[in-house]
Amino acid sequence: MPPIKRLLVANRGEIARRVFRTCREMGISTVAVYAEPDADAPFVREADIAVALGGTTSAETYLDGAKIIAAARTSGADAIHPGYGFLSENDGFARAVIEAGLIWVGPHPEAIAAMGDKLSAKARLAPAGVPMLPSVDASGLSAEELAAKAQEIGYPVLVKASGGGGGRGMRIVEEEGGLTNAVSSARREAKSAFGNDTVFLERYLESSRHVEVQVFGDKHGNVVHCFERECSIQRRHQKVIEEAPSSAVNVDLRRRMGEAAVAAAFAMGYDNAGTVEFMLDASSTFYFLEMNTRLQVEHPVTEAITGLDLVGEQIRVAEGCHLSFAQDDLRINGHAIEARLYAEDPEKNFFPVSGAVVQFEPSASNSVRVDSGIESGSVVSIYFDPMLAKLTAHAQTREDAAMRLASALSQLRISGLVTNRDFLVNTLRHPAFLAGNTTTEFIEQHEPARRRVPEDGELVFALLAAALTGSAARAREQGVLRGVQSGWRNNRSGLETARYTFREEEFAVGYARERDGSLTCTVGEASHRVRLFDAPEGHATLEIDGLRRTAAVLTRESETWVQTPHGEIALREVPRFPEAAREAVASGYAAPMPGKVISVHIAAGEAVKTGELLIVLEAMKMEHRITAGSDATVAEVRVTAGGQVEAGEVLLVMEGESVG
Amino acid sequence: MDTWKTRIDPQSPEFRENREGMLALISEIEAQLEVARAGGGERSVLRHKERGKLLVRERVELLLDRDSPFLELSPLAGWGTDFAVGGGFVTGIGLVSGVECVIAANDPTVMGGAITAISGKKIDRALEIARINRLPYIQFVESAGGDLRRGTDDPDAEMRRNLVHFAESGRLFHDITELSAERIPSVSIVFGSSTAGGAYQPGMSDYNIFIRGRSKVFLGGPPLVKMATGEDSDDEALGGAAMHATTSGLADYLADDEVEGIRMARSVIRHLNWRKLGPGPSLPADEPKYSAEELLGLLPVDLKRPMDIREVIGRITDGSRFEEFKPLYGTTLVTGWASIHGFPVGIIGNNGVLFSDSSEKAAQFIQLCNQTDVPIVFLQNITGYMVGKVYEHGGIVKNGSKMINAISNSKVPHITVIVGASYGAGNYGMSGKAFDTRFVFSWPTAKISIMGPKQLAGVMSLVRRGQARSSGREFDETEDAKQNAAVEDRAERESLALYATGRVADDGLIDPRDTRTVLAISLSACHSNVVRGTDRFGVFRM
Repeated sequence: MPPIKRLLVANRGEIARRVFRTCREMGISTVAVYAEPDADAPFVREADIAVALGGTTSAETYLDGAKIIAAARTSGADAIHPGYGFLSENDGFARAVIEAGLIWVGPHPEAIAAMGDKLSAKARLAPAGVPMLPSVDASGLSAEELAAKAQEIGYPVLVKASGGGGGRGMRIVEEEGGLTNAVSSARREAKSAFGNDTVFLERYLESSRHVEVQVFGDKHGNVVHCFERECSIQRRHQKVIEEAPSSAVNVDLRRRMGEAAVAAAFAMGYDNAGTVEFMLDASSTFYFLEMNTRLQVEHPVTEAITGLDLVGEQIRVAEGCHLSFAQDDLRINGHAIEARLYAEDPEKNFFPVSGAVVQFEPSASNSVRVDSGIESGSVVSIYFDPMLAKLTAHAQTREDAAMRLASALSQLRISGLVTNRDFLVNTLRHPAFLAGNTTTEFIEQHEPARRRVPEDGELVFALLAAALTGSAARAREQGVLRGVQSGWRNNRSGLETARYTFREEEFAVGYARERDGSLTCTVGEASHRVRLFDAPEGHATLEIDGLRRTAAVLTRESETWVQTPHGEIALREVPRFPEAAREAVASGYAAPMPGKVISVHIAAGEAVKTGELLIVLEAMKMEHRITAGSDATVAEVRVTAGGQVEAGEVLLVMEGESVG
Repeated sequence: MDTWKTRIDPQSPEFRENREGMLALISEIEAQLEVARAGGGERSVLRHKERGKLLVRERVELLLDRDSPFLELSPLAGWGTDFAVGGGFVTGIGLVSGVECVIAANDPTVMGGAITAISGKKIDRALEIARINRLPYIQFVESAGGDLRRGTDDPDAEMRRNLVHFAESGRLFHDITELSAERIPSVSIVFGSSTAGGAYQPGMSDYNIFIRGRSKVFLGGPPLVKMATGEDSDDEALGGAAMHATTSGLADYLADDEVEGIRMARSVIRHLNWRKLGPGPSLPADEPKYSAEELLGLLPVDLKRPMDIREVIGRITDGSRFEEFKPLYGTTLVTGWASIHGFPVGIIGNNGVLFSDSSEKAAQFIQLCNQTDVPIVFLQNITGYMVGKVYEHGGIVKNGSKMINAISNSKVPHITVIVGASYGAGNYGMSGKAFDTRFVFSWPTAKISIMGPKQLAGVMSLVRRGQARSSGREFDETEDAKQNAAVEDRAERESLALYATGRVADDGLIDPRDTRTVLAISLSACHSNVVRGTDRFGVFRM
């Protein structure tokens, strides 16, 4: 096959940038394709050529193989790299790429197809000697038969979708009673998620680890493995922290797992990068889970400890070259840990969040690699995966790698939306993690704190830094009397105040400048002596009661983010004048005239139907019945029976109504 | 431009003693400011707060732009009178939505916000400052009305002493609408009662903000209406905020609460599209080379030792720069050019008694400032014009009159700071309060009177002695000494800065260290209006 001259990445974000980086090093021209929400994304800008796919959702864009192949034609690309996710494990797309005369940077479509379904993969690989847990296809089984099979396997039993991944269509069943429901709900979920409702039963291994082996094959029959990665730290069945090597794998086990993985790949005639995933139980016995026929998100940890460029190897192998290394050439150098930074709220069960990244600035460090798809000003849309960045630390020992990664995460500047940063730091510094006690139940079992508790004085510093930075900004914007000392009074009646909320708590900050240039400040009830020093742009240097600190401070409208050495403190300023002072409420729910409340027929939280009686007022000796103008839920009732109301007074507010 | 080089030694015992004396006066003033801030006292404040109302200073603070300066005017008005210190009224100049405004606010915790002789003076002065400097006027109205209290012990004597008649009152309504005629906007927030005559406060305003359930504006309250027409009514129906917003049209904006009312006032000012007419600061505004702290030690509290006024100038002007005009002529008066926070100014300061030459120098300098549209800062430390045969022969009246002519007809803004003595015609010639001076501030060391207390007592004694001689009575030396002491003591007390400021004879006492800031705020206020000198003075007597 001819060498690749121009490569199109059928993906987005960090993986597109990752592939482009190697392409640039190899002298290969790059092509990006993008959905509308990604039009301003760095990966689009960094590609030599970018082609708009025209559309917003994944289905309209990164999952539309025809559009991508057309984009490859228009842009003159001769190869397609699928990245991970999207079409990377779609054998039909791989075939279409090859049929279009393009080079597919991935394994041959038959391997993809065979591994795509878990049941068929198990059937295919068991004869090659890959250790398997016994599993039972639930298709067509009656409730009794299912119960009998489950009994055979032994509880707890895992119900899994054959065509799925990412935890969807998966249920753990502790005892027989829950089995039927679990199977039917798993089927429904699998059907809607993957269009395939085949589920199977398997023994559920408690206290097991997720250990996977990176394999690599070429078109000349060579298959090697590049050691294991452990990806046990998962939330919502998705990996968040991955490492290589695994602390639970010794030389012997590594050899055995490697051989099993190579055997699996060899059985498939595997000819590119792939990953064989295993469950490793407490007794160091491992079982095949599935095979991923693509580059993994967590490939950087393998690159760190082996020194390989897996993407470069993928491209060379796709071009038809021999693998550039043999099994014996590979050595493990130190330890690498990767953490995935997500826009998600750990306190709300890691629920994804969207919004603007006001600032993204990874801390500079030679030992931490940052792969990210975003930059300051990027918007995390609701359409795609909310992963912001991957940070990979490499050190000689696991402890060092964990510490470096935790520090890099704390010092990373990521402002504007809620992330799992503090949770990741707390996990990396957790004694159980450092002790290597990592199983897939780690988060539930050890419960690393989901958020950070600021250190003593840190919050006070952040509040004062925010208030005084705001004050300085206002002084700069003041159009007249610019040189006059900020907040000057000849008869001072109080301190200038600013109020902030930190999480759910509100803090009042007061400050006044003294003649000697120092400030008298208060935070809540406590009083502080503060000196303000010149600081570089975007920073504040404050000495509070003798302790001097400098931190980056960023303010956008009412929000301020203070980056201390320990992480970020996000503050929201409470406006001086509440915007919602005047309430716009449907007229039916305000008193039409002054009167007395006779009776209240609803309570907050209740749903009401159009025409339903809400409140009875008496005015001018007449009863006025306030009834619901539309179906709605009552958010707030502001009056009680017997009370007096004025004309126009708000009686009750419905949910979703404007109060601004 | 020359930079002033100080000749004082801040380590000298004299300097330290002066400083101690000044700091003692400042702490006395600070104590009185605290009294003023306490308003109507603890109980009254508590009752006010219990009604869910903001205190007057909280209202003012909320109205002002955050972190902006606020110059309160005459905060100690009423000191040494029968009225509350502060006069139950807050006035000042502050930034609202980026615009310098005059703020005039009732303190309802003091006698229900009733308008007294003191608060009346403060209102008049606030309106005058708004008019001459072209500053939008914002008033917070919450007042029980006029002070109707009458003494009871000796009504006849009281009537004889009282020279103020009702028919002389009400000028403030004229002044509010006069502002409007001069295209200077007035905004009223009615926080509470504004009834009877008080109703015309919002009545004359350009913009009225009423607060639901709080504002109460009517000519006659329910009892009066009942008396007059037999009609039954209540406050809310008669003159409530909602009524005025929906029915009478007296209210332009209806706020749900005080905070919203203040927000609305800020928003009214924002939409004015206000442009200042003065040129604004135009020169480098670097800090003086010498610390303002050193202003504390320049002047002895008893004013017995002279002070070079240039030591003050060197601590208030940009970069301590001062280009002296006629430094070798009429040396008891210092004249020259400088800038303060970038505003070009002419400065006239006293370095001794005024002679004919120094008076003529002043008249010339004032004309030059008018020629070049430069505001003048007067630094008063003046015992008066020189007396004596030689000086009368030399035309001291004629030449002093030239100076008074010049300052009277000068049209560039004058700002006066009385740092020490301010006696007799010296007060006039150095642009005293009665000479349309834009702002007059006093240091705690200021002493203002017709002449020095000792001189006054001496003159009175001489008059008594003369009367005794002409009527052939024997002169009682002991009695004279007693009277002398009494006169001097009273004159001394009446000359004190607190006495003057208590009667609104100035715009407030200032900490000497704040002089530069106060001048900057005043100059900036003056630049809201056109800064233009005159070419028409009275006939200079030659």
